[in-house]
Amino acid sequence: MLTTQILYALAGCVIMALGLRGALLHASLLQRIVAINVMGAGVFMLLIAVAYRGPGLPPDPVPHALVLTGIVVAVSATALALALVRRLHAEQDDD
Amino acid sequence: MINTLSSILILAGVFFYLAGSIGLLRLPDLYSRLHALTKADNLGLGLLMAGLALHSQDLFVMLKLLLIWLAVLAASATSAHLIARQARRQETGS
Amino acid sequence: MNTMSLLVFDGLLLLSIVGLAWASLATTDIRRGVILFIAFGLLLAVAWGRLLAPDVALAEAAIGAGLSGALLLAAVHRQPRPLPPGSANDSMNRGTAAVSMAVRWAVTLLSAALAGTLAWALLHAFSSTPHDMLPRAISGNLAASGVSNPVTAVLLNFRAYDTLLELAVLLTAVLGIFSLGQATPGYRPAGPIFDGLVRWLVPVLILMAGYLLWVGAHAPGGAFQAGATLAAAGVVLRLAGRSRIGLPDGFMLRIVMAAGVGVFLLVGLSLLLLGRPFLAYPPAWAGALILLIETAAMLSIAATLLLAFLGGQPESTGVKAAANRQREELPRC
Repeated sequence: MLTTQILYALAGCVIMALGLRGALLHASLLQRIVAINVMGAGVFMLLIAVAYRGPGLPPDPVPHALVLTGIVVAVSATALALALVRRLHAEQDDD
Repeated sequence: MINTLSSILILAGVFFYLAGSIGLLRLPDLYSRLHALTKADNLGLGLLMAGLALHSQDLFVMLKLLLIWLAVLAASATSAHLIARQARRQETGS
Repeated sequence: MNTMSLLVFDGLLLLSIVGLAWASLATTDIRRGVILFIAFGLLLAVAWGRLLAPDVALAEAAIGAGLSGALLLAAVHRQPRPLPPGSANDSMNRGTAAVSMAVRWAVTLLSAALAGTLAWALLHAFSSTPHDMLPRAISGNLAASGVSNPVTAVLLNFRAYDTLLELAVLLTAVLGIFSLGQATPGYRPAGPIFDGLVRWLVPVLILMAGYLLWVGAHAPGGAFQAGATLAAAGVVLRLAGRSRIGLPDGFMLRIVMAAGVGVFLLVGLSLLLLGRPFLAYPPAWAGALILLIETAAMLSIAATLLLAFLGGQPESTGVKAAANRQREELPRC
Protein backbone atom coordinates (compact mmCIF):
# COMPACT_ATOMS: atom_id res chain seq x y z
CA MET A 1 0.00 0.00 0.00
CA LEU A 2 1.94 3.00 -1.25
CA THR A 3 1.32 6.55 -0.05
CA THR A 4 1.58 7.83 -3.60
CA GLN A 5 -1.11 5.43 -4.76
CA ILE A 6 -3.49 6.46 -1.99
CA LEU A 7 -2.86 10.17 -2.59
CA TYR A 8 -3.51 10.00 -6.33
CA ALA A 9 -6.48 7.64 -5.97
CA LEU A 10 -8.18 9.98 -3.50
CA ALA A 11 -7.49 12.95 -5.75
CA GLY A 12 -8.99 11.00 -8.64
CA CYS A 13 -12.15 10.37 -6.64
CA VAL A 14 -12.42 14.07 -5.75
CA ILE A 15 -11.96 15.15 -9.38
CA MET A 16 -14.56 12.63 -10.50
CA ALA A 17 -17.04 13.94 -7.93
CA LEU A 18 -16.39 17.53 -9.07
CA GLY A 19 -16.96 16.56 -12.68
CA LEU A 20 -20.13 14.63 -11.90
CA ARG A 21 -21.59 17.53 -9.93
CA GLY A 22 -20.75 19.94 -12.72
CA ALA A 23 -22.21 17.68 -15.39
CA LEU A 24 -25.52 17.39 -13.54
CA LEU A 25 -25.92 20.98 -12.41
CA HIS A 26 -24.66 23.27 -15.15
CA ALA A 27 -27.30 24.60 -17.47
CA SER A 28 -24.85 25.52 -20.22
CA LEU A 29 -24.21 22.62 -22.59
CA LEU A 30 -20.58 23.52 -23.20
CA GLN A 31 -19.81 23.57 -19.50
CA ARG A 32 -21.48 20.19 -19.15
CA ILE A 33 -19.17 18.80 -21.81
CA VAL A 34 -16.16 20.22 -19.97
CA ALA A 35 -17.48 18.70 -16.72
CA ILE A 36 -17.83 15.26 -18.31
CA ASN A 37 -14.25 15.53 -19.55
CA VAL A 38 -13.12 16.44 -16.02
CA MET A 39 -15.00 13.39 -14.70
CA GLY A 40 -13.19 11.24 -17.24
CA ALA A 41 -9.86 12.69 -16.14
CA GLY A 42 -10.65 11.71 -12.55
CA VAL A 43 -11.31 8.14 -13.62
CA PHE A 44 -8.03 8.09 -15.57
CA MET A 45 -6.20 9.25 -12.48
CA LEU A 46 -7.76 6.38 -10.52
CA LEU A 47 -6.65 3.84 -13.12
CA ILE A 48 -3.08 5.12 -13.34
CA ALA A 49 -2.78 5.30 -9.56
CA VAL A 50 -3.82 1.63 -9.42
CA ALA A 51 -1.20 0.79 -12.07
CA TYR A 52 1.67 2.47 -10.18
CA ARG A 53 3.73 -0.05 -8.27
CA GLY A 54 6.43 2.14 -6.79
CA PRO A 55 9.68 3.61 -8.13
CA GLY A 56 11.44 0.27 -8.37
CA LEU A 57 9.00 -1.90 -10.34
CA PRO A 58 7.77 -1.08 -13.85
CA PRO A 59 4.11 -0.05 -13.75
CA ASP A 60 1.29 -2.34 -14.80
CA PRO A 61 0.75 -1.67 -18.53
CA VAL A 62 -2.88 -2.82 -18.78
CA PRO A 63 -4.46 0.23 -17.04
CA HIS A 64 -2.16 2.42 -19.13
CA ALA A 65 -3.57 0.89 -22.29
CA LEU A 66 -7.09 1.34 -20.92
CA VAL A 67 -6.47 5.03 -20.18
CA LEU A 68 -4.91 5.58 -23.62
CA THR A 69 -8.01 4.09 -25.24
CA GLY A 70 -10.15 6.16 -22.88
CA ILE A 71 -8.47 9.44 -23.83
CA VAL A 72 -9.03 8.85 -27.54
CA VAL A 73 -12.66 7.77 -27.05
CA ALA A 74 -13.27 10.79 -24.78
CA VAL A 75 -12.04 13.22 -27.42
CA SER A 76 -14.15 11.64 -30.15
CA ALA A 77 -17.22 11.73 -27.89
CA THR A 78 -16.46 15.38 -27.10
CA ALA A 79 -16.18 16.15 -30.81
CA LEU A 80 -19.55 14.52 -31.53
CA ALA A 81 -21.13 16.31 -28.56
CA LEU A 82 -19.80 19.67 -29.79
CA ALA A 83 -21.17 19.03 -33.28
CA LEU A 84 -24.54 18.23 -31.72
CA VAL A 85 -24.41 21.46 -29.68
CA ARG A 86 -23.60 23.46 -32.80
CA ARG A 87 -26.52 21.91 -34.68
CA LEU A 88 -28.81 22.45 -31.69
CA HIS A 89 -27.93 26.16 -31.55
CA ALA A 90 -28.47 26.45 -35.29
CA GLU A 91 -31.91 24.87 -34.99
CA GLN A 92 -32.83 27.06 -32.03
CA ASP A 93 -31.77 30.21 -33.86
CA ASP A 94 -33.98 29.31 -36.80
CA ASP A 95 -37.14 29.25 -34.68
CA MET B 1 29.86 19.96 -8.90
CA ILE B 2 27.72 19.40 -11.97
CA ASN B 3 24.73 18.84 -9.71
CA THR B 4 25.23 22.16 -7.89
CA LEU B 5 25.59 24.03 -11.17
CA SER B 6 22.48 22.45 -12.65
CA SER B 7 20.55 23.11 -9.44
CA ILE B 8 21.56 26.78 -9.60
CA LEU B 9 20.42 27.01 -13.21
CA ILE B 10 17.10 25.32 -12.45
CA LEU B 11 16.49 27.61 -9.48
CA ALA B 12 17.29 30.64 -11.63
CA GLY B 13 14.79 29.40 -14.20
CA VAL B 14 12.13 28.96 -11.54
CA PHE B 15 12.85 32.49 -10.29
CA PHE B 16 12.23 33.91 -13.77
CA TYR B 17 8.99 31.94 -14.02
CA LEU B 18 7.93 33.37 -10.67
CA ALA B 19 8.76 36.85 -11.91
CA GLY B 20 6.71 36.25 -15.04
CA SER B 21 3.73 35.03 -13.04
CA ILE B 22 3.88 38.00 -10.67
CA GLY B 23 4.05 40.24 -13.72
CA LEU B 24 0.99 38.53 -15.16
CA LEU B 25 -0.96 39.23 -11.99
CA ARG B 26 0.25 42.70 -11.19
CA LEU B 27 0.92 44.55 -14.45
CA PRO B 28 -1.79 46.98 -15.58
CA ASP B 29 -2.67 46.18 -19.18
CA LEU B 30 -2.56 43.44 -21.78
CA TYR B 31 0.61 44.46 -23.61
CA SER B 32 2.83 44.66 -20.55
CA ARG B 33 1.43 41.33 -19.36
CA LEU B 34 2.39 39.83 -22.73
CA HIS B 35 5.90 41.18 -22.19
CA ALA B 36 6.13 39.49 -18.81
CA LEU B 37 4.75 36.20 -20.10
CA THR B 38 6.84 35.87 -23.23
CA LYS B 39 10.20 37.26 -22.16
CA ALA B 40 10.46 36.18 -18.55
CA ASP B 41 8.90 32.75 -19.11
CA ASN B 42 11.06 31.93 -22.13
CA LEU B 43 14.23 32.96 -20.33
CA GLY B 44 13.14 30.86 -17.38
CA LEU B 45 12.52 27.92 -19.70
CA GLY B 46 15.97 28.36 -21.27
CA LEU B 47 17.66 28.30 -17.87
CA LEU B 48 15.58 25.30 -16.83
CA MET B 49 16.57 23.45 -20.00
CA ALA B 50 20.22 24.35 -19.47
CA GLY B 51 20.10 22.96 -15.95
CA LEU B 52 18.39 19.76 -17.11
CA ALA B 53 20.83 19.36 -20.01
CA LEU B 54 23.78 19.64 -17.63
CA HIS B 55 22.18 17.13 -15.29
CA SER B 56 21.53 14.56 -17.97
CA GLN B 57 25.05 14.63 -19.54
CA ASP B 58 23.79 12.90 -22.67
CA LEU B 59 24.29 14.61 -26.04
CA PHE B 60 20.99 13.49 -27.56
CA VAL B 61 19.01 14.63 -24.54
CA MET B 62 20.77 18.01 -24.69
CA LEU B 63 19.94 18.42 -28.37
CA LYS B 64 16.30 17.44 -27.79
CA LEU B 65 16.01 19.96 -24.95
CA LEU B 66 17.53 22.66 -27.20
CA LEU B 67 15.02 21.82 -29.92
CA ILE B 68 12.14 22.00 -27.44
CA TRP B 69 13.31 25.40 -26.20
CA LEU B 70 13.59 26.79 -29.75
CA ALA B 71 10.14 25.48 -30.66
CA VAL B 72 8.56 26.98 -27.52
CA LEU B 73 10.36 30.27 -28.21
CA ALA B 74 8.98 30.51 -31.73
CA ALA B 75 5.49 29.40 -30.75
CA SER B 76 5.15 31.74 -27.78
CA ALA B 77 6.55 34.70 -29.70
CA THR B 78 4.02 34.08 -32.49
CA SER B 79 1.15 33.68 -30.02
CA ALA B 80 2.10 36.89 -28.24
CA HIS B 81 2.18 38.70 -31.58
CA LEU B 82 -1.24 37.31 -32.55
CA ILE B 83 -2.80 38.23 -29.20
CA ALA B 84 -1.36 41.75 -29.32
CA ARG B 85 -2.47 42.28 -32.91
CA GLN B 86 -6.00 41.11 -32.15
CA ALA B 87 -6.18 43.37 -29.09
CA ARG B 88 -4.95 46.30 -31.20
CA ARG B 89 -7.57 45.57 -33.86
CA GLN B 90 -10.32 45.46 -31.25
CA GLU B 91 -9.15 48.77 -29.77
CA THR B 92 -8.97 50.70 -33.03
CA GLY B 93 -11.83 48.89 -34.75
CA SER B 94 -14.52 49.09 -32.09
CA MET C 1 15.24 10.29 -4.41
CA ASN C 2 14.14 11.88 -1.17
CA THR C 3 10.65 10.62 -0.36
CA MET C 4 9.80 13.71 1.64
CA SER C 5 10.45 16.05 -1.26
CA LEU C 6 8.51 13.74 -3.58
CA LEU C 7 5.60 13.86 -1.16
CA VAL C 8 5.70 17.66 -1.16
CA PHE C 9 5.83 17.66 -4.97
CA ASP C 10 2.88 15.25 -5.17
CA GLY C 11 0.90 17.35 -2.71
CA LEU C 12 1.51 20.60 -4.63
CA LEU C 13 0.78 18.99 -7.99
CA LEU C 14 -2.46 17.40 -6.80
CA LEU C 15 -3.52 20.63 -5.10
CA SER C 16 -2.99 22.50 -8.36
CA ILE C 17 -4.83 19.85 -10.40
CA VAL C 18 -7.87 19.69 -8.10
CA GLY C 19 -7.85 23.48 -7.80
CA LEU C 20 -7.83 23.89 -11.57
CA ALA C 21 -10.66 21.36 -11.97
CA TRP C 22 -12.76 23.18 -9.40
CA ALA C 23 -11.99 26.61 -10.88
CA SER C 24 -12.72 25.45 -14.41
CA LEU C 25 -16.19 24.23 -13.36
CA ALA C 26 -17.04 27.01 -10.92
CA THR C 27 -16.48 29.95 -13.23
CA THR C 28 -19.40 31.60 -14.98
CA ASP C 29 -17.42 32.57 -18.09
CA ILE C 30 -17.28 29.56 -20.41
CA ARG C 31 -14.19 30.86 -22.19
CA ARG C 32 -12.26 31.02 -18.93
CA GLY C 33 -13.52 27.58 -17.98
CA VAL C 34 -12.23 26.06 -21.22
CA ILE C 35 -8.81 27.70 -20.87
CA LEU C 36 -8.56 26.49 -17.27
CA PHE C 37 -9.52 23.03 -18.53
CA ILE C 38 -6.61 23.11 -21.00
CA ALA C 39 -4.23 24.01 -18.16
CA PHE C 40 -5.78 21.18 -16.13
CA GLY C 41 -5.02 18.76 -18.96
CA LEU C 42 -1.39 19.88 -19.16
CA LEU C 43 -0.86 19.43 -15.42
CA LEU C 44 -2.48 16.01 -15.73
CA ALA C 45 0.21 15.14 -18.29
CA VAL C 46 2.83 16.08 -15.67
CA ALA C 47 1.04 13.80 -13.17
CA TRP C 48 1.10 10.92 -15.63
CA GLY C 49 4.83 11.44 -16.08
CA ARG C 50 5.27 11.41 -12.31
CA LEU C 51 3.38 8.08 -12.09
CA LEU C 52 5.72 6.51 -14.68
CA ALA C 53 3.15 6.55 -17.51
CA PRO C 54 4.98 8.38 -20.35
CA ASP C 55 2.80 6.99 -23.19
CA VAL C 56 -0.31 8.25 -21.41
CA ALA C 57 1.42 11.58 -20.69
CA LEU C 58 2.18 12.05 -24.41
CA ALA C 59 -1.39 11.19 -25.37
CA GLU C 60 -2.89 13.43 -22.69
CA ALA C 61 -0.78 16.41 -23.73
CA ALA C 62 -1.48 15.95 -27.44
CA ILE C 63 -5.10 14.75 -27.39
CA GLY C 64 -6.54 15.50 -23.97
CA ALA C 65 -5.20 19.02 -23.56
CA GLY C 66 -4.26 19.99 -27.10
CA LEU C 67 -6.98 18.71 -29.42
CA SER C 68 -9.79 18.73 -26.85
CA GLY C 69 -8.82 22.28 -25.98
CA ALA C 70 -8.81 23.31 -29.63
CA LEU C 71 -12.24 21.71 -30.18
CA LEU C 72 -13.72 23.40 -27.10
CA LEU C 73 -12.20 26.79 -27.91
CA ALA C 74 -13.55 26.64 -31.45
CA ALA C 75 -16.99 25.80 -30.05
CA VAL C 76 -16.84 28.65 -27.52
CA HIS C 77 -15.77 31.02 -30.28
CA ARG C 78 -18.78 30.03 -32.37
CA GLN C 79 -21.21 30.68 -29.57
CA PRO C 80 -23.06 33.99 -30.03
CA ARG C 81 -22.40 36.54 -27.34
CA PRO C 82 -23.43 38.44 -25.26
CA LEU C 83 -25.64 35.88 -23.61
CA PRO C 84 -29.04 37.24 -22.63
CA PRO C 85 -29.83 36.77 -18.92
CA GLY C 86 -32.25 34.02 -18.04
CA SER C 87 -31.66 32.09 -21.25
CA ALA C 88 -30.74 28.42 -21.39
CA ASN C 89 -27.06 29.37 -21.50
CA ASP C 90 -26.90 30.67 -17.94
CA SER C 91 -24.45 28.80 -15.79
CA MET C 92 -25.59 27.45 -12.49
CA ASN C 93 -24.03 30.21 -10.40
CA ARG C 94 -26.16 33.06 -11.71
CA GLY C 95 -29.10 34.26 -9.71
CA THR C 96 -31.68 32.85 -12.10
CA ALA C 97 -30.59 29.25 -11.60
CA ALA C 98 -32.41 26.57 -13.50
CA VAL C 99 -32.57 24.28 -10.48
CA SER C 100 -33.44 24.94 -6.84
CA MET C 101 -31.04 25.00 -3.91
CA ALA C 102 -32.38 21.69 -2.59
CA VAL C 103 -31.62 19.87 -5.84
CA ARG C 104 -28.12 21.39 -5.93
CA TRP C 105 -27.39 20.23 -2.40
CA ALA C 106 -28.80 16.79 -3.19
CA VAL C 107 -26.56 16.43 -6.25
CA THR C 108 -23.52 17.62 -4.28
CA LEU C 109 -24.19 15.07 -1.55
CA LEU C 110 -24.75 12.35 -4.15
CA SER C 111 -21.43 13.07 -5.85
CA ALA C 112 -19.62 13.20 -2.52
CA ALA C 113 -21.21 9.89 -1.47
CA LEU C 114 -20.21 8.27 -4.76
CA ALA C 115 -16.62 9.51 -4.41
CA GLY C 116 -16.52 8.40 -0.79
CA THR C 117 -17.74 4.90 -1.63
CA LEU C 118 -15.20 4.61 -4.42
CA ALA C 119 -12.39 5.84 -2.16
CA TRP C 120 -13.39 3.38 0.58
CA ALA C 121 -13.43 0.51 -1.94
CA LEU C 122 -10.02 1.50 -3.29
CA LEU C 123 -8.44 1.80 0.14
CA HIS C 124 -9.82 -1.61 0.98
CA ALA C 125 -8.37 -3.02 -2.23
CA PHE C 126 -4.99 -1.38 -1.67
CA SER C 127 -4.61 -2.85 1.79
CA SER C 128 -4.90 -6.41 0.53
CA THR C 129 -1.98 -8.14 -1.16
CA PRO C 130 -1.57 -6.97 -4.74
CA HIS C 131 -2.15 -9.39 -7.58
CA ASP C 132 0.53 -9.02 -10.22
CA MET C 133 -0.50 -12.01 -12.30
CA LEU C 134 -1.27 -9.81 -15.31
CA PRO C 135 1.98 -7.78 -15.34
CA ARG C 136 3.97 -10.98 -14.91
CA ALA C 137 2.15 -12.61 -17.83
CA ILE C 138 2.78 -9.56 -19.99
CA SER C 139 6.49 -9.34 -19.20
CA GLY C 140 6.79 -13.07 -19.75
CA ASN C 141 5.23 -12.93 -23.21
CA LEU C 142 6.74 -9.59 -24.25
CA ALA C 143 9.50 -11.22 -26.30
CA ALA C 144 6.96 -13.03 -28.49
CA SER C 145 4.79 -9.96 -29.02
CA GLY C 146 6.96 -8.28 -31.66
CA VAL C 147 7.57 -5.04 -29.73
CA SER C 148 9.44 -4.21 -26.56
CA ASN C 149 7.20 -1.40 -25.23
CA PRO C 150 4.71 -3.19 -22.94
CA VAL C 151 1.92 -0.64 -23.49
CA THR C 152 2.19 -1.02 -27.27
CA ALA C 153 2.25 -4.78 -26.84
CA VAL C 154 -0.96 -4.66 -24.83
CA LEU C 155 -2.66 -2.24 -27.21
CA LEU C 156 -1.66 -3.77 -30.52
CA ASN C 157 -1.14 -7.43 -29.72
CA PHE C 158 -2.58 -8.78 -26.47
CA ARG C 159 -5.71 -6.60 -26.54
CA ALA C 160 -5.73 -5.79 -30.24
CA TYR C 161 -9.47 -6.43 -30.41
CA ASP C 162 -10.14 -3.52 -28.05
CA THR C 163 -8.03 -1.21 -30.21
CA LEU C 164 -9.93 -2.35 -33.28
CA LEU C 165 -13.20 -1.43 -31.60
CA GLU C 166 -11.73 1.88 -30.45
CA LEU C 167 -10.86 2.76 -34.05
CA ALA C 168 -14.44 1.84 -34.95
CA VAL C 169 -15.66 4.25 -32.26
CA LEU C 170 -13.55 7.00 -33.83
CA LEU C 171 -15.01 6.25 -37.25
CA THR C 172 -18.55 6.26 -35.86
CA ALA C 173 -17.97 9.61 -34.18
CA VAL C 174 -16.72 11.24 -37.37
CA LEU C 175 -19.60 9.77 -39.37
CA GLY C 176 -21.97 11.27 -36.80
CA ILE C 177 -20.22 14.63 -37.16
CA PHE C 178 -20.53 14.38 -40.94
CA SER C 179 -24.25 13.75 -40.69
CA LEU C 180 -24.81 16.84 -38.56
CA GLY C 181 -23.74 19.46 -41.06
CA GLN C 182 -21.04 21.10 -43.12
CA ALA C 183 -17.63 22.09 -41.86
CA THR C 184 -17.22 25.49 -40.24
CA PRO C 185 -16.03 28.26 -42.57
CA GLY C 186 -12.28 28.62 -42.55
CA TYR C 187 -10.22 31.43 -41.07
CA ARG C 188 -8.74 34.33 -42.99
CA PRO C 189 -5.17 33.94 -44.35
CA ALA C 190 -2.51 34.53 -41.73
CA GLY C 191 -0.07 37.42 -41.64
CA PRO C 192 3.64 36.94 -42.32
CA ILE C 193 4.66 36.01 -38.78
CA PHE C 194 2.14 33.23 -38.25
CA ASP C 195 2.60 32.07 -41.81
CA GLY C 196 6.37 31.88 -41.26
CA LEU C 197 5.85 29.81 -38.13
CA VAL C 198 3.54 27.45 -40.00
CA ARG C 199 6.02 27.01 -42.83
CA TRP C 200 8.59 25.28 -40.69
CA LEU C 201 6.36 23.98 -37.89
CA VAL C 202 4.23 21.71 -40.09
CA PRO C 203 7.17 19.76 -41.61
CA VAL C 204 8.66 19.37 -38.12
CA LEU C 205 5.31 18.05 -36.84
CA ILE C 206 5.08 15.56 -39.69
CA LEU C 207 8.62 14.39 -38.98
CA MET C 208 7.80 14.07 -35.28
CA ALA C 209 4.70 12.05 -36.08
CA GLY C 210 6.76 9.60 -38.13
CA TYR C 211 9.29 9.38 -35.32
CA LEU C 212 6.61 8.75 -32.69
CA LEU C 213 5.10 6.02 -34.86
CA TRP C 214 8.44 4.28 -35.32
CA VAL C 215 9.69 4.64 -31.78
CA GLY C 216 6.45 3.32 -30.28
CA ALA C 217 7.74 -0.20 -30.67
CA HIS C 218 10.51 0.19 -28.11
CA ALA C 219 9.93 3.48 -26.27
CA PRO C 220 6.95 5.64 -25.28
CA GLY C 221 5.05 6.57 -28.38
CA GLY C 222 2.79 4.85 -30.86
CA ALA C 223 0.01 5.34 -33.38
CA PHE C 224 -2.27 7.50 -31.21
CA GLN C 225 0.33 10.07 -30.28
CA ALA C 226 1.60 10.15 -33.88
CA GLY C 227 -1.93 10.58 -35.24
CA ALA C 228 -2.60 13.41 -32.81
CA THR C 229 0.61 15.18 -33.90
CA LEU C 230 -0.41 14.91 -37.55
CA ALA C 231 -3.87 16.23 -36.69
CA ALA C 232 -2.20 19.13 -34.86
CA ALA C 233 -0.29 19.94 -38.07
CA GLY C 234 -3.59 20.06 -39.95
CA VAL C 235 -5.19 22.22 -37.24
CA VAL C 236 -2.31 24.71 -37.45
CA LEU C 237 -2.69 24.87 -41.24
CA ARG C 238 -6.41 25.48 -40.82
CA LEU C 239 -5.85 28.26 -38.29
CA ALA C 240 -3.40 29.90 -40.70
CA GLY C 241 -6.19 30.20 -43.24
CA ARG C 242 -4.79 27.71 -45.72
CA SER C 243 -7.28 26.10 -48.05
CA ARG C 244 -5.31 22.85 -48.27
CA ILE C 245 -4.77 21.29 -44.87
CA GLY C 246 -3.51 17.88 -45.80
CA LEU C 247 -6.86 16.10 -46.10
CA PRO C 248 -7.46 14.24 -49.35
CA ASP C 249 -10.74 14.84 -51.13
CA GLY C 250 -13.72 12.72 -52.03
CA PHE C 251 -12.94 9.05 -52.46
CA MET C 252 -9.40 9.16 -51.02
CA LEU C 253 -10.76 10.78 -47.86
CA ARG C 254 -13.12 7.87 -47.33
CA ILE C 255 -10.26 5.43 -47.87
CA VAL C 256 -8.09 7.21 -45.31
CA MET C 257 -10.92 7.44 -42.78
CA ALA C 258 -11.66 3.73 -43.05
CA ALA C 259 -8.00 2.66 -43.29
CA GLY C 260 -7.52 2.12 -39.57
CA VAL C 261 -10.42 -0.26 -39.10
CA GLY C 262 -9.98 -1.69 -42.59
CA VAL C 263 -6.35 -2.72 -42.32
CA PHE C 264 -6.94 -4.09 -38.84
CA LEU C 265 -9.84 -6.22 -40.08
CA LEU C 266 -7.89 -7.34 -43.14
CA VAL C 267 -4.99 -8.53 -41.01
CA GLY C 268 -7.32 -10.31 -38.61
CA LEU C 269 -9.34 -12.00 -41.34
CA SER C 270 -6.22 -13.07 -43.25
CA LEU C 271 -4.96 -14.69 -40.09
CA LEU C 272 -8.33 -16.46 -39.79
CA LEU C 273 -7.95 -17.72 -43.35
CA LEU C 274 -4.49 -19.03 -42.49
CA GLY C 275 -5.99 -21.12 -39.72
CA ARG C 276 -4.92 -18.98 -36.71
CA PRO C 277 -7.34 -17.35 -34.25
CA PHE C 278 -8.57 -13.84 -35.07
CA LEU C 279 -5.76 -11.26 -34.63
CA ALA C 280 -3.32 -13.85 -33.25
CA TYR C 281 -0.11 -12.76 -35.00
CA PRO C 282 2.58 -15.38 -35.65
CA PRO C 283 5.56 -14.27 -33.51
CA ALA C 284 7.92 -13.97 -36.49
CA TRP C 285 5.59 -11.51 -38.26
CA ALA C 286 4.22 -9.73 -35.22
CA GLY C 287 6.51 -6.68 -35.39
CA ALA C 288 5.87 -6.04 -39.08
CA LEU C 289 2.12 -6.55 -38.74
CA ILE C 290 1.96 -4.19 -35.77
CA LEU C 291 3.85 -1.51 -37.73
CA LEU C 292 1.50 -1.93 -40.69
CA ILE C 293 -1.60 -1.64 -38.53
CA GLU C 294 -0.15 1.31 -36.62
CA THR C 295 0.64 3.21 -39.84
CA ALA C 296 -2.88 2.82 -41.14
CA ALA C 297 -4.26 3.68 -37.69
CA MET C 298 -2.11 6.81 -37.48
CA LEU C 299 -3.45 8.15 -40.79
CA SER C 300 -6.99 7.28 -39.81
CA ILE C 301 -6.71 8.89 -36.37
CA ALA C 302 -5.15 12.03 -37.84
CA ALA C 303 -7.89 12.39 -40.45
CA THR C 304 -10.62 11.73 -37.87
CA LEU C 305 -9.32 14.26 -35.34
CA LEU C 306 -8.77 16.89 -38.04
CA LEU C 307 -12.30 16.34 -39.39
CA ALA C 308 -13.60 16.64 -35.83
CA PHE C 309 -11.90 20.03 -35.60
CA LEU C 310 -13.42 21.06 -38.91
CA GLY C 311 -16.80 20.26 -37.38
CA GLY C 312 -18.49 18.63 -40.32
CA GLN C 313 -18.22 17.44 -43.87
CA PRO C 314 -15.59 19.45 -45.73
CA GLU C 315 -16.43 21.02 -49.05
CA SER C 316 -14.98 18.99 -51.88
CA THR C 317 -13.44 21.97 -53.67
CA GLY C 318 -10.17 23.37 -52.41
CA VAL C 319 -9.05 20.35 -50.43
CA LYS C 320 -7.80 18.61 -53.51
CA ALA C 321 -4.10 18.03 -52.88
CA ALA C 322 -3.08 14.68 -51.48
CA ALA C 323 -0.98 14.75 -48.33
CA ASN C 324 2.27 14.13 -50.22
CA ARG C 325 1.82 16.97 -52.64
CA GLN C 326 0.92 19.28 -49.74
CA ARG C 327 4.16 18.46 -47.98
CA GLU C 328 6.23 19.05 -51.11
CA GLU C 329 4.74 22.44 -51.87
CA LEU C 330 5.04 23.87 -48.39
CA PRO C 331 8.69 25.06 -48.17
CA ARG C 332 8.20 27.64 -50.90
CA CYS C 333 9.83 30.99 -50.03
